[in-house]
Amino acid sequence: MADQIVLRHVTKKFTTKTLGDIVAVDDFNLSVSEGECFSFLGPSGCGKSTTLRMIAGFEDLTEGEIELCGRIVSSKKKNLYVPPEERGLGMVFQAFAVWPHMNVFENVAFPLRIQKMNKSDIDRRVAEALKHTSLTGLEKTFPSDLSGGQQQRIALARAIVTNPKVMLLDEPLSNLDPKLRETMRFEIKELQRRFGFTIIFVTHDQAEAMAISDRMMVCDMGRIVQIDTPENLYNKPCNRFVHNFLGESTFVNVLVKDGKVYAKGDERQALSLTAPKSAAAEMVVATRPNEIALTGPTEDGYQTHIEKRIFLTDRTEYLVPVGEQIVKVQTPHRVAFAEGEACCVRFVEPMWYPVEDAAAEKERSRRQLV
Amino acid sequence: MRTNYSDLAAVDGRRRLNMDKVMTAVCFVLLFIIVIIPIFMIIYNAFFYEGKFDLSLFTGQMTDSKNLAAMWNTLKIALFTTVLGTIMGVFYAWLLGRSDIPMKGVMRALFNIPYMFPPFLGAMAWDILLNGRSGYLNRFLVSTLHLSGMPFNINSLGGIVFVEVSYYFPFVFMQVVSALERMDPTLEECARIAGAKQRTVIWKITLPLVKPAISAGALLILTTSLAHFGVPSILGYAQGIYTLPTRIYSVIYNTGGSFDGIRQGAALSVMLVIVVALALVLQRWVLSTGNYDIIKGKSMRPTLIKLRGAKLPLLLLAVLTLVLIVIVPLVMIVLISFIKAYGLPLKLENFTLAQYARVFNANGTLDSIKNSLFASITAGVVCMFLGTLVAYVVQKIKPRGKGILEIVSMLPYSIPGTVLSIGVILAWSGALGVTLYNTIWIILVAYMARYLSFSMKTSSAALLQVHSSLEEAARVCGASHTESLADITLPLIRPAMVSGFFLIFLPAMREVTTSILLYGPYTRTLGVQIYSLRDAGMIPQAAALATVAIGLIIALNTIVTLITKDRKGV
Repeated sequence: MADQIVLRHVTKKFTTKTLGDIVAVDDFNLSVSEGECFSFLGPSGCGKSTTLRMIAGFEDLTEGEIELCGRIVSSKKKNLYVPPEERGLGMVFQAFAVWPHMNVFENVAFPLRIQKMNKSDIDRRVAEALKHTSLTGLEKTFPSDLSGGQQQRIALARAIVTNPKVMLLDEPLSNLDPKLRETMRFEIKELQRRFGFTIIFVTHDQAEAMAISDRMMVCDMGRIVQIDTPENLYNKPCNRFVHNFLGESTFVNVLVKDGKVYAKGDERQALSLTAPKSAAAEMVVATRPNEIALTGPTEDGYQTHIEKRIFLTDRTEYLVPVGEQIVKVQTPHRVAFAEGEACCVRFVEPMWYPVEDAAAEKERSRRQLV
Repeated sequence: MRTNYSDLAAVDGRRRLNMDKVMTAVCFVLLFIIVIIPIFMIIYNAFFYEGKFDLSLFTGQMTDSKNLAAMWNTLKIALFTTVLGTIMGVFYAWLLGRSDIPMKGVMRALFNIPYMFPPFLGAMAWDILLNGRSGYLNRFLVSTLHLSGMPFNINSLGGIVFVEVSYYFPFVFMQVVSALERMDPTLEECARIAGAKQRTVIWKITLPLVKPAISAGALLILTTSLAHFGVPSILGYAQGIYTLPTRIYSVIYNTGGSFDGIRQGAALSVMLVIVVALALVLQRWVLSTGNYDIIKGKSMRPTLIKLRGAKLPLLLLAVLTLVLIVIVPLVMIVLISFIKAYGLPLKLENFTLAQYARVFNANGTLDSIKNSLFASITAGVVCMFLGTLVAYVVQKIKPRGKGILEIVSMLPYSIPGTVLSIGVILAWSGALGVTLYNTIWIILVAYMARYLSFSMKTSSAALLQVHSSLEEAARVCGASHTESLADITLPLIRPAMVSGFFLIFLPAMREVTTSILLYGPYTRTLGVQIYSLRDAGMIPQAAALATVAIGLIIALNTIVTLITKDRKGV
């Protein structure tokens, strides 16, 4: 499949009054193929929204170039900039951005009117767009009389009515309640299947991104951290940040000594783990709370006890001391331990990461202030 | 989230057809002509004579005992009006906003009337009633109570303060009522739970929280009173009580509008501006306010304070206040408009419609109505567009120097109307090659300068409400910058533009302060005509025209309310 959206060395710098220069987007390179659903995922201030707005044409680049459907739309080197109205995109905004002074029909018809399409074509295409977004019958209604979900459907209808090749979705579901979010997610996928457009989906909700995307880009502090399929991102996160950001995580700081691995704070009892060859003296072992084996005290593993038991709706969570740290373990309800009971934990094929330095943490919190 | 910045404006700015730059340039040029030139002319003429720096005129005026007395009076009146008006405004705002006093809705509406009522008509009415020599009520009291002298004299500093307080306290009242409405009632409930008594809650919680609103209203009273012409001129002249605005008028009037008189006026204007500036500084210092966010998204029902035994007396007090400041002056003006000759007792056999016939046959009356309608409507329309243009440039284009643009457009708001008139006279009487003096255009230019900030404020607030994503959505849909402006932004702020128009049109219709210095033989305005009829002793005729003016204002106000009510919530 052909690459439809290509970013080459895209960089965006801002100057703020209080914090000085900020590199919001630092040398982004990526390509999205035709018909793909691609998510930008990351905490606030990571550069995902800025990147989307550069693709849409609301922001200029500081460096690099953007190619849409084989045509360069922004390029610093060629001093080229195509304004948003000439990029032929569909876009849905977080705050819906439906025009309150126009009824549903007029909102959806607006892009066609701008194209000076004749009336019968407009009527036909608006009717079709409204049908696909289950808004038929509400043509004359004003947005203020509709619910949040319906308003977002208007925004969707307005975006698909011109039949664009690329659809930009800027956190379109974050203003909706959880049940509705799931429905809308499904509807967006359904629309994509029918019309075959490429989706760029910006979100900070990892579950949402996982459910909808073919591939995702995780970014942090203005840098791309990892681009991969949802499955690979979850199973093989390239660093501690990605591991923590996708799904639940448990981290244990460990010391590696003479080929043996000890939990920090307890060097009497080794963990039954083999450190990778490249491991430093201090490492972080990462795993998912539901992948830790919790067994009775007689069995093989790290001997400890249950500190606290928390009953969650679909599973039970135990807090278990490992060395000087407390580890979160989740099991099905049938594995029942009491608080204070002795037990054994064993880490199964965990990921190994270097200890993150304090400077990176500081930079992250600084950027989130912006 | 970082959604507030956008390169779009900057990027649009680089394009070939550059509407943003044109709009910005138009703003700067128009504001320069309308605001900067008149202000510059005042300063220039006050301090320069025949091209040389010359302080003698200014120091001469500053040391003139009459001027000093006028300045002193201005300060006294403004100070007392502000203090009393603020107390009255806060008290009634609390009574109608937070107590269980009956008939709140009706009372709220009635308490806003003094705001629409032209103060100089109020002064006229009170002069008729309580004039120190011939007031109707005074004479009635003397004859019924067999007094030796007139019991009241409205032609005094106290009288001027009384009338100004009656018409200016709504500035504080309206601000505080709306602040009380938006206040989170749990803040008060918390204090009660913490053990504070009702009285303590009012003093320690409620009042401090609405302090920003109180101080904003008080500032408005202070600056309005300092610059006010109508009331002190109607009530003070007879007793030789002058304030700076009336002194400026009389200096110019007595010299027959000669250049020398206007220069003296300019020097006095500088004095008045200094006083206003000092008052602003003082106010900021006395009422230095924190900016609390007491606004809550959801409207909650505040707990109303039970007045119990005090309910009836307080209701009576409120009703009496309304009668005194609204009904009595209104009735008086209407009654006097029917009287055969001023001074006759108010009996049915002395009533006639002849005054109406006389005033409409009099020279200039119809012209004055036409002039006022023309100047007010034109100023309203021009300012509506110009104010929106400035607001758009300041809020959305944000060019270099937007701060200057904002300050310049708001400047006339704190400059007294009298001062502005002098600047306009100095600028457009040929000094710069353009002579508008004695034409309606000079009045129009003055109105535009004076009222531009009104429409700019309302349009600015409306533009802030238009989320940038609404325009961006249009751009993604294929609309150009111009198209998104025309199809999305302008329609969205249209209601604010219309209300901006009426905010200008209504006060301009009853305006005296500015036009009294600018009118020529054929360019009297409605306010000027009423003022000069009264000045010439034709009080019943003035009352007849005033009745017509009040009727007109009430009718127009009703139309406005009907129009704005019809609008769909956007």
